[in-house]
Amino acid sequence: MIPSSSTGRLPQGREVNANVARRQRYGKAWEYLLLTSTLLGLVVLVLLIFNIVNDAFGAIATQSSVEVESLTGGRDLEELSQAELIAILEAELRSRVLRNLEREQPLVEREQANLIDLINTEIVKPEIVAIYPLNRFLFERSAIEAQLAAEFPRAELSFKSWLSGNFITNPMSSDPLKAGVRTAILGSLWLLSLTILIAFPLGIGAAIYLEEYKNEKPFDERSSLGKRANALITRAAGLIETNIYNLSGVPSIIYGILGLAIFVRALETITSGSIFGGSDTTANGRTILSAALTMTLLILPVVIISSQEAIRAVPSSLRQASYGLGATKWQTIWNIVLPNAMPGILTGTILAVSRAIGETAPLIVIGASTFIVTDPEGLFSKFTVLPIQIYNWTSRPQEEFRAIAAAAIMVLLTILVTLNATAIILRNYLRSKRVG
Amino acid sequence: MTDQVTVSSATQPRRAISAKIVQLQRRPRIGETIIQVVLFFCGFVSIFTTIGIVYVLFQESLSFFADPEVSLSEFFTKTVWQPQIGEFGILPLVNATLLTSFIAMLVALPLGIGMAIYLSEYASLRLRSTLKPIIELLAGIPTVVYGYFALTFVTPALRDLFGRDTVSIYNNLSAGLVVGILITPMIATLSEDALSAVPSSLRQASFGLGATRWETAIHIVVPAALSGIIAAAIIAMSRAVGETMVVALAAGASPNFTWNPFQPAETMTGHIARISGGDLSYGSIDYRSIFAIGLVLFFVTLILNIASRQIVRRFREVYE
Repeated sequence: MIPSSSTGRLPQGREVNANVARRQRYGKAWEYLLLTSTLLGLVVLVLLIFNIVNDAFGAIATQSSVEVESLTGGRDLEELSQAELIAILEAELRSRVLRNLEREQPLVEREQANLIDLINTEIVKPEIVAIYPLNRFLFERSAIEAQLAAEFPRAELSFKSWLSGNFITNPMSSDPLKAGVRTAILGSLWLLSLTILIAFPLGIGAAIYLEEYKNEKPFDERSSLGKRANALITRAAGLIETNIYNLSGVPSIIYGILGLAIFVRALETITSGSIFGGSDTTANGRTILSAALTMTLLILPVVIISSQEAIRAVPSSLRQASYGLGATKWQTIWNIVLPNAMPGILTGTILAVSRAIGETAPLIVIGASTFIVTDPEGLFSKFTVLPIQIYNWTSRPQEEFRAIAAAAIMVLLTILVTLNATAIILRNYLRSKRVG
Repeated sequence: MTDQVTVSSATQPRRAISAKIVQLQRRPRIGETIIQVVLFFCGFVSIFTTIGIVYVLFQESLSFFADPEVSLSEFFTKTVWQPQIGEFGILPLVNATLLTSFIAMLVALPLGIGMAIYLSEYASLRLRSTLKPIIELLAGIPTVVYGYFALTFVTPALRDLFGRDTVSIYNNLSAGLVVGILITPMIATLSEDALSAVPSSLRQASFGLGATRWETAIHIVVPAALSGIIAAAIIAMSRAVGETMVVALAAGASPNFTWNPFQPAETMTGHIARISGGDLSYGSIDYRSIFAIGLVLFFVTLILNIASRQIVRRFREVYE
């Protein structure tokens, strides 16, 4: 096409074949280029997951300030009798520390396991001197060991999974070895359920209005006042639709600013719970309730738009049949339209919610706590969520925190995958039960 | 055939049939009206949201500019943003936002459009059904995870590539690249929708004239879907401008007026996140400044969104 047209004449004879062959080669080359760009997406996904897994598992080199063997003369701590353990403690600890311990509970009354714990934390004091990601631990082990031997001759290299049962059940801590995501997971679940509870009815309500009632004229058309009122309502409905579209493009951090000014500050008496009588007063409106309201506003456009699509997809013959049987408008919507639209609505809502659960920026702005040890207890307590924890840990320079950030990311991604799988299963289940 | 029709429903009132006068006039139903009003207010929440955003941003920005330390002209012209010494020029923040968004678009446009053309014009049905979910998966990953990726993978890779002295630990290049990856799925899916909407008769005609697949794609399908592709690009741009977590983690934490992508420079969103992440006292000038920045951000993204919608409306090629 293009190559021959530039010469101003049509190619003849063998020239045609050469031309066609060249064009096809050209097309083939572009096809591979396009394929490459598509596969790059796959490569990025693999790199991303590799990077997270690589950091979440790996190795730590721990070094004790005192060797266990030097204390016990080559035996394991477990083999020693209680008296021997106490003797070690008394020999190694300073008298002041010993007195404190005696005051808590006399050494002779303590169990053997407790004494071994004491020796480990008070005398042996294992300390992380280096951490390594999984790939280096697996493939460059000899190099790591050589380096360790040179720098920390007494250090021990061992495999460490940062993602563990303890990591999930422990509360937040400033020690990366003890820190966990329990408070963050609970906070995320609280926020999630509250957001669904508020956003779901509101979003579906708005979608029903826009799809079913938009052209309804509630006032008497024969009077001029009624006519004007009807026109006003129609205008408002149009405005709502444009507005929803524009809201869906507003950056999430702007919602955070809105939430900070309205829910955290202006409505502080409500969102901090002080209006309902004594509550956690330290939260200052930076509560789960404020966060859930902010998140509701954030995901509402998505919920409305996807619900609208689901409602629109219900065939109008079903509605007509319902009217024909004498059902009122609301009866039709409640009994016919909603059950049929539910699979689509639920899928859209769950997708919107899974966006909310990964959302960080607005929660930073409204002031989620980054360090909180107690579980959230209700609407009016301070909270933290998984993404905030990940952000907080990632922004710290120590490698240990990077590692637990990676572990927290794995928890977050697991929750997301579970949510999405639920959406698919729920949709298929409801589809199979559908009326139409 | 019987001409007897029986109503099976037991709830059907029999006496309505026997009553002499049947009222055919439409009865006002209070319940239905209440429901309609309630639903209307559900829809109106979105209007309240917009009003709330605009009101809050304007009101707090006004008190920000009313402060003697701040002047409107300096806000838009000065290249130093240092609240500690009372310097409030938004240009370094805007500059960093533009830089990261520009890098992001450099990555996302060719990748996203390439993906879209491949998926809609080349890929077999089976390949498409495997590739599309992967792209959607990329779109579903939380942005804070991308931020982690930028800081712990892309930045070290860049530093190995260009040398540790040229590339800082926090830099706009890494942030921009990852924001680009983040918005690529958006461009890809939206453009793919636009390309798939082009009627296949156009393709068939082009093939019939002897065009190859590539020639058909680039001379026929892409021009026909151009409005949709441009709209997708603009929406993605607005997303890149408003993206927070990646830049907050990877782009650095000090306002810096530079075009050097290897240097750290804080963006508008990154600044808002950092300032409000600390202990912010209400009524302080720092607190008010985030609203002024938010206002600029809001208008930039709003203009981009409206532009994208207008382009679709104005230049859309309608076939059939």
